[in-house]
Amino acid sequence: MNNLYFSAALFGTSILAGFLGAMTGLGGGVVIVPALCLLFRVDVHYALGASLVSVIATSSGAAAAYVREGFSNIRIGMFLEVATTLGALLGAYLTAMVSGNWIGVIFGVVLLYSAWTSVHGHEARPADHPVDPLALRLNLRGTYPVDGRQDEYVAEHVPAAVGIMFGAGTLSGLLGIGSGAVKVLAMDQAMRLPFKVSTTTSNFMIGVTAAASAGIYLSRGYILPALAMPVMLGVLVGSLVGSRVLTVARVKTIRLAFVLVIAALGIEMIFNGATGRL
Amino acid sequence: MAAGSDPELRSGHGLEMAMGRMLQVGVTVAALVVLAGGILYLHQLGSAQPDYQRFHGAPAALESVHGIVGGLSHFDPQSVIAFGILLLIATPICRVIFGVVGFALLRDRFYAGVSLLVLVILLFSFFSKR
Repeated sequence: MNNLYFSAALFGTSILAGFLGAMTGLGGGVVIVPALCLLFRVDVHYALGASLVSVIATSSGAAAAYVREGFSNIRIGMFLEVATTLGALLGAYLTAMVSGNWIGVIFGVVLLYSAWTSVHGHEARPADHPVDPLALRLNLRGTYPVDGRQDEYVAEHVPAAVGIMFGAGTLSGLLGIGSGAVKVLAMDQAMRLPFKVSTTTSNFMIGVTAAASAGIYLSRGYILPALAMPVMLGVLVGSLVGSRVLTVARVKTIRLAFVLVIAALGIEMIFNGATGRL
Repeated sequence: MAAGSDPELRSGHGLEMAMGRMLQVGVTVAALVVLAGGILYLHQLGSAQPDYQRFHGAPAALESVHGIVGGLSHFDPQSVIAFGILLLIATPICRVIFGVVGFALLRDRFYAGVSLLVLVILLFSFFSKR
């Protein structure tokens, strides 16, 4: 397979990855890295580099559409980005010390976790709960459109969310992904923000988190332009379509459709990493 | 800092809209540059065999901003793609700069400071030696 066919096949795969990533708020990286490693037999570190580039494209490309909807919360996003970017520096630093096979195993575990949260996603919560004074002091609040009117929300469990976000950033830097699942966990489950506020704010944060790892990836030679090119363009196309569908589709259906793919890729990555094939 | 009164919330949303548009333009320009470099690359090296199975790093010139910009002068395809990727990486960084300025204009000193801190962390990634 020469460069032309290789790039074309990669472009097609990346469109699909971007589409699924944007619809679920998980980002294209969780599909692109396993696809590159397992399907295209690309070295793990090159896969991380190409994925990280596509992650930034996904985040920035879909942001315009999300912003129009008015779901994302820029203060909450910026506040949590302090934790995610610091984590990303740590994660990117760790990639040089962890072997490709170990990265594969950790990747697989994160994939299975993402699949698990997709099934056991958010349940309806009691509306009556004490307001976190720290969240009020930090102005971590906003409004969310429900049936044509604006509902107010205030973040809860702020310290826990910051801790989870640092972890999300570390995973992002270590695995070349956006860690959307973990970011959504921090905002949906810890801060108890409305689900669409969590997913769209997460998408907004992903690009900034990935940019923190990008400088380190670049200087280590993980980012191969010729490999990143079809991945970035494909994921961008897919994510633009996906973010358009996001605002009209039912969230639950998307998750169930995605969970099987993610879980299968996770098992595949763990198996290949554990048997030293990556 | 005052808890968000209605006009402040509205102007905060205006800031988001401006950021969103900036991201959209940045990504579009970056994608066009990458596409141009990609066409150039496939035109010149489309029939060569891909070699991504073993890690040996990117060509040294493509591992720094300086080297990438240097390769642009003779339209080296990989340098053109890499330059597009640099533009792409710049979009979220610009977004944070937008945050610094935007929150300062909103007189939200706390969030202007938070944005500045994020910016410093991002720049550290690019200008620190590994």
